[in-house]
Order: sequence, then structure tokens, then C-alpha cells
Amino acid sequence: MYDSVTSDPLLLLQYLQSQQLANGHISSEDVSTLAEKLPLSETEIRGVISFYSFLHCNEKIKYNLLVSDNITDRMQGNAEILQSLNSELGELDYVNLQTTSCIGMCDQGPALLCNGMTIPRLDQQKLSGICELVKMKKAVQDWPARLFEIEDNIRKKGLLLSEPLLPGTSLQAFLDNGADTSLDEIEASGLLGRGGAGFNTASKWRLCKQTQAEQRYVICNADEGEPGTFKDRVLLNSYAEAMLEGMTLCAGITGASRGYIYLRGEYQFLKTKLQQKIDQQREQNLLGKNILGQPDFDFDIEIHMGAGAYICGEESALIDSLEGKHGIPRKRPPFPVTSGYRNQPTVVNNVETFIAAAHIIANGAHWFQQQGTAQSAGTKVISISGDCDLPGIYEYPFGTSIRQILSDCRAADTQAVQIAGAAGHLVAAKDFDHNISFEDFSTGGSFMVFDHSRNLIEVIRNFTDFFRHESCGFCTPCRIGTSLQHDLVCKLDDGHATHYDLHELKIIGGLMRSASHCGLGATASSAVIDLLEQFPQLVEHQLTHTDYEPAFDLDAALQQARDITHRNDDGPHVENQPGEHP
Amino acid sequence: MSKKGTFKLDGKTVAFNEGDTIMDAALRAGEYIPHLCHNPEFTPRGSCRVCIVKANGRQFSACTMPASDGLEIENNSDEIMAQRRSLLQMLFVEGNHVCPGCEKSGACQLQAVAYYCDMLSPHFKHFFPRRELDASHPDYVIDFNRCILCELCVRASRDVDAKNVFSISDRGIKRHLVINSPTGKLGDSDFDKNDKAAHVCPTGAILNREHGFNQPIGERLYDKQPVSIVGDVAENE
Repeated sequence: MYDSVTSDPLLLLQYLQSQQLANGHISSEDVSTLAEKLPLSETEIRGVISFYSFLHCNEKIKYNLLVSDNITDRMQGNAEILQSLNSELGELDYVNLQTTSCIGMCDQGPALLCNGMTIPRLDQQKLSGICELVKMKKAVQDWPARLFEIEDNIRKKGLLLSEPLLPGTSLQAFLDNGADTSLDEIEASGLLGRGGAGFNTASKWRLCKQTQAEQRYVICNADEGEPGTFKDRVLLNSYAEAMLEGMTLCAGITGASRGYIYLRGEYQFLKTKLQQKIDQQREQNLLGKNILGQPDFDFDIEIHMGAGAYICGEESALIDSLEGKHGIPRKRPPFPVTSGYRNQPTVVNNVETFIAAAHIIANGAHWFQQQGTAQSAGTKVISISGDCDLPGIYEYPFGTSIRQILSDCRAADTQAVQIAGAAGHLVAAKDFDHNISFEDFSTGGSFMVFDHSRNLIEVIRNFTDFFRHESCGFCTPCRIGTSLQHDLVCKLDDGHATHYDLHELKIIGGLMRSASHCGLGATASSAVIDLLEQFPQLVEHQLTHTDYEPAFDLDAALQQARDITHRNDDGPHVENQPGEHP
Repeated sequence: MSKKGTFKLDGKTVAFNEGDTIMDAALRAGEYIPHLCHNPEFTPRGSCRVCIVKANGRQFSACTMPASDGLEIENNSDEIMAQRRSLLQMLFVEGNHVCPGCEKSGACQLQAVAYYCDMLSPHFKHFFPRRELDASHPDYVIDFNRCILCELCVRASRDVDAKNVFSISDRGIKRHLVINSPTGKLGDSDFDKNDKAAHVCPTGAILNREHGFNQPIGERLYDKQPVSIVGDVAENE
């Protein structure tokens, strides 16, 4: 790995990530030798390290325990987990114990990452085992395998999940029909991108194909970071062949010869198996040189790892990250289809999109269109978590109502559903007859259920905290707006907000929506605005009934003055809190 | 992108050449679009967002948006000016911008653009971050309290001075400017007062320390005329 990074600086992040995994940190020595070999200074290398949540240079650290802190993890009791870990391991200087953004285990949380490896379904028994192993300083690869067992939890199969793609059928059909006919078939199917944005897949591929270039790239966006989404985890675990074939198909159609899977750091546990699948495809001549005996049909795929940055799910930030830099969305135009990875035309699609494309070429556009709606053909794989008896993976035809989905996953007494993750929408019960589709409630796959026992303001507070943490910080409205927004939501949750603060939230949210550089900032206020608009009574109930309430506790702010003057009578207290001073 | 043509900026016809952004064409035509991270000498970034304009119902940063024929653009509308004000207020509360005590006051582009956009108060809750002052260099001082992350010094040092003195670290609200030197101090870098990077800062973050308050308050760059007429700090250096 070291030799490869010195010959190609674009592999910097890959190198840093591997060092972090191997040693629990990145050493200063590593940074200085890299700086000698690469056209980058130490400061710049440290800058890259500081951008990614999973990377750090604390050389004492051997164990990084990152507890997933999505709202679903909280509902499953991650606070107690953190508390136990903290009391057992908090004093050890070689342990880094922190929370982290959703690690995609919402159907089997609470969960944590230990040196990159996922441990789901944490309970006190598992915890005491983990604490003992950490205290014994046993290497994570030697820990009992049962700790790391992860379930697929596929509950409902549809077009894509019920009949696995027979290896090679899609690529053979492509070779039989040719690139143009195959692309027309994708177009006729009406396939739209499954990652969330819903761009027309055939248009994307066509634009890439038509751009003059020496080299083209196909990238699978497996940076499934949207809180509450874990369908790609399951697709990569159990349907990887179809995804790889979809990528190869895209390469055949567009003329690309290199492909990358950008796998989120949280899914490190999938890497080995995925690499085996790639090798297996190569052995079957479905990847590599002269694919299926076709002269000049060469394509190969590499896995690149992310390192804890939600923004890298944005396609141009993903490309910058793939190039070893800070993951910051690029300005557009140019779009990645004309100038992407290494400034060459690049197709970036979601895992599910490639699987759907492979099936469409194997089975035909008509087969795909038999399900879904006029504007949203086919099916959607969604990840259901939260207050329901059967969390997991469900594949539905587009157009299925929210009510139907809630009934299938056995959700009772549902107060609200958060559709499409923290960046999506908080949907109230009156809208449960709406459906999942691009023309109604569009979703990349997240579906989090909240029953009436939940405090929705706390839910939204979890999301605003997430965005504050995950904003890349490039543009003003998102960098600063996500912090201002979080402060105001905390103020509301803590019972200190007034109508004025709600008005402020709307102004800040509107500004973030319209003025941000990318989709992160543009959607970071959606759920907050939904809370205010869809649940006004709940919000009203939480307000103080004064015209103005400061964001800080006035009385507490006087404490230092009281300490200095040794006074605790009514005088040095705020007027409305007389006579009850401890 | 588009070849030559014209677009409308608040109803006025503006001609553009091939490859122009909206900002390029507007500035050439003498039409002012407020901006901070933009400097025509460098590749546009579009990060401060102060130059947002509205076309086809959506906001874009004028400095990165390619001009196209027939576009109808809102620049000085109430809605856009209110949004610019909020963006500026955000920048003011994010750092520590104490204008009355700042040597740059009156000649500061951030302050001038804020006046131009009728920003009368910072409005939002101050973040009051703890930031350092770097006085390690004999000729220049860096006050990180005033940095707005426009990256003009980063670009100037990298693209013009070929020194790469500045870079950016961390992400989100923790994002900050750093100095590429073994100690992280400006004095240990090869920064020089004649560098381009010493003359592009739109705030008082990068200041010459050889003289202070040379020009009396009242006679400074933006004291008599607004930024829309005077232009950027960098072009007056």
C-alpha cells in the first residue's frame, strides 16, 4: 500500500484509512514520510486526516469504539451502552470512545464499530465481553466471530430480490444486442437513480458515452450514509454479483475500462466478501480482459474505502474523496458525466441502480415497467427501522402507500414516519395514504417509524446534530446554518424557545435550502420545517409563553458572580426565581 | 458552454463572451454583484454564497454560474438582498469581527459589503470561538478571528506565489485556515510581504504590521463611496 501511494498521490486516503485500521491511529512518522514522498505538506496531509471522522493521529489509541448514534440507536438504548463502556473503559488511555453517525444497523441496533468492524445488537452480555477483550488488549481479528454476526433481515422480496440474476445473463444480452440497443432498453425502462436524487439513468450513461475522452470511469456509490438507510448493506452482502454485472454493463455501454466501488468506512466488514465476489466474477470472465470472450471488452473494479464522512455520498464529493482529498462537492458545471474522476467522464450510480440496470438488460424494459407507477417504474428497496415489530429490508413496487408499508412491518400507534433519512421528510399520520414514488414521497431507502411514545422534537434534534457534524463546511449557509439551526432546535427541546425562535428556524432553513452549494445544505432543514408545519400543536406545547427568552440560562449565568460574592439571597438571582435557592 | 450572447440582470441587458460566468459579464459591464470569495484573478469557488442571484426560480452563485443567452436574473431584489444579509450576518457571528477595534475598519471588504447590503446588526447568536493570533512573522500578522474561509490566500499562495503557505483543515463549523509550516506558524513559512497572498484578504485576517492606522478613519477605502463603486480590496492594493 505504501508503495502505491508514493507512486499515485490520489491513493492518499486509501493509505491513511488502511493505517488507521491496522494501528488504531495514523502515526506522525507516517505523516512526515508521506510528506517527503508526496507533493503535499504535512499540514495538508493532516488536513485530509482531520476531514474524516474515522481518522486521527492520537498515537496512544489502539481501540476505536464508535457507538452509532442515529435516533434509532437511541431508541434501542445506545445511551446505556455508552455509559457502560465509559465506566468500564473510559479511563484507559488507549481507548477512543465516541459516538458516530448512523452506521447502517438500525434494524439490529444498538451497534458500534470497533476498529472498523461492526458489532450489532449490543446488550450487557456482549458489552462485558467486549470490555474484557479490550482490557486484555486482544486484537480485534481474534475476537469471537459471533460478536460480528450481522443479519440481512430481508422481509419482502419483489422484482429484484426474488429471482437472483443468473451470472452473465445480463452481459450476454448486452453483447447480443449491442451498446446502442441496450442503452435504448434502459431508457425505455424509465429507470431513475435509486440513491435519492432520481436522475434518469439512461441519460447519465448516454452523456458519459457521448463525451470525448481518453478514459471513462464507472463508480458505484456504496457510501450509504443517510441515517436509517441500510438496504445497500444487504444488497452488497447478498446481491453483489448483480451489482458488479450492472457496473460492467455500464462500462460496456459507455466505453469505460475502470470501475470503483466507494464503500463507506462503516461497511468495512463487507470488504473482504465483496473483494471475493469481484475475484469470482473475474474468474468467470465476467470482469477483466475480453469479458465473455468479447475482444476489447476490458473492465475491472477496485474497492475504495470511505472514512466517515456523510458528504461523500454526494457524487462530486465522492469523486474528490476517491482522489484522496477532502470530500467537498465540486462546483457544477462541469458535471461528473463530462468531467469526474481524474477529470474524465464518470458515471456515478447507487448500488441498487446498477442491480436494476442488470435486471432490465436481462429481462427487458417491459418486465421492469410491469410494476411501479407511470413516472416511477419498477420497485424500491427500502430499509425499515424504528417502532415496528419487523424491521428490515422490504422491496415494494413504487406507488405503495405508507399505510401499507406500516401494516407490513407491523407498526402500531404510529405518530410519524421519517422518509428518506434525516435529509428527507417527517410525515404525519394524515399523510399515510400517500405513497413511495418519485412524484409523491421520494426516498433513497430510509423509512424510520416513530410511535406516540416518542418525542419528535428529540428526533429532529438528533437530525440537526447529525447535519452540524456532517456539513463539509465549504459554503456559508450550510457551515453556519446547520449550527444555528441545531442551537435553536436544542432551545426548543429544552423548553426555552418562543415563537420568534420558530420564525428564525424558518428563515435559516429557507436560506440553507435555496443558497447552499450542494444537496446537504439544501435538505438539512427539511425535517425541521416539517416538524414546525406538520406538528404545530406539539411544537406550541413546548414553547415558553413569553415574548423573549434568551438562549442561555440567565440565572445560571450569575452563578460565578454569586460564588465570588458569597451571596445566595434573592438579590443576585433573576427576578422570577425568588426564594428557592439551594 | 454558451457562446456569446446577452442576459438580463434586474432588467438591464448584459452582454457576455464565451466562457463567461454571470459575475464575469456583470463586472465587465459595470454591474455590481456583491461578493467576497470571488476575485477575477482566481478560479471561482462559489463558497461564500454572497453573490447568489436568482434565475428560473432558483438561486445560483453568480461567480460559478456560466452565463447563457436569454437568462433573466434577479440581483438586487428584496428577497436576494435579504438572503445576502443573512449570509453576511452568519459570517459575522461565526468569527470574532470587532469592527471598532480592527485596523482594517473602513478598508475592509466584508464590512463594506455588509454596509452595501444594509446589514445593521449581526442578528444571530454570536459563536465567540476561541481563535489564535499569529504574530510570528516580522511583516505580517494573521488574526484567525477574522477569517471567513474565502480561501483567496490559499489560492493566491498556491496558484500565483507557488508557495502553498495556506491550507484548510477540518470540516463543518470547525473548518479553519492553517499555515503550511513545521510549527504551523506564519513566521516559519516562506511567506513574504510581497506575496500575492499578502494582498487578497477581503477582511482584516492578514494584516501588514509595519504600520497601523496610517490612514485616518474617515479617509479609508470605503469611507466615502460604497464597495459597488470602489471595488474589491484586492484591486485597490
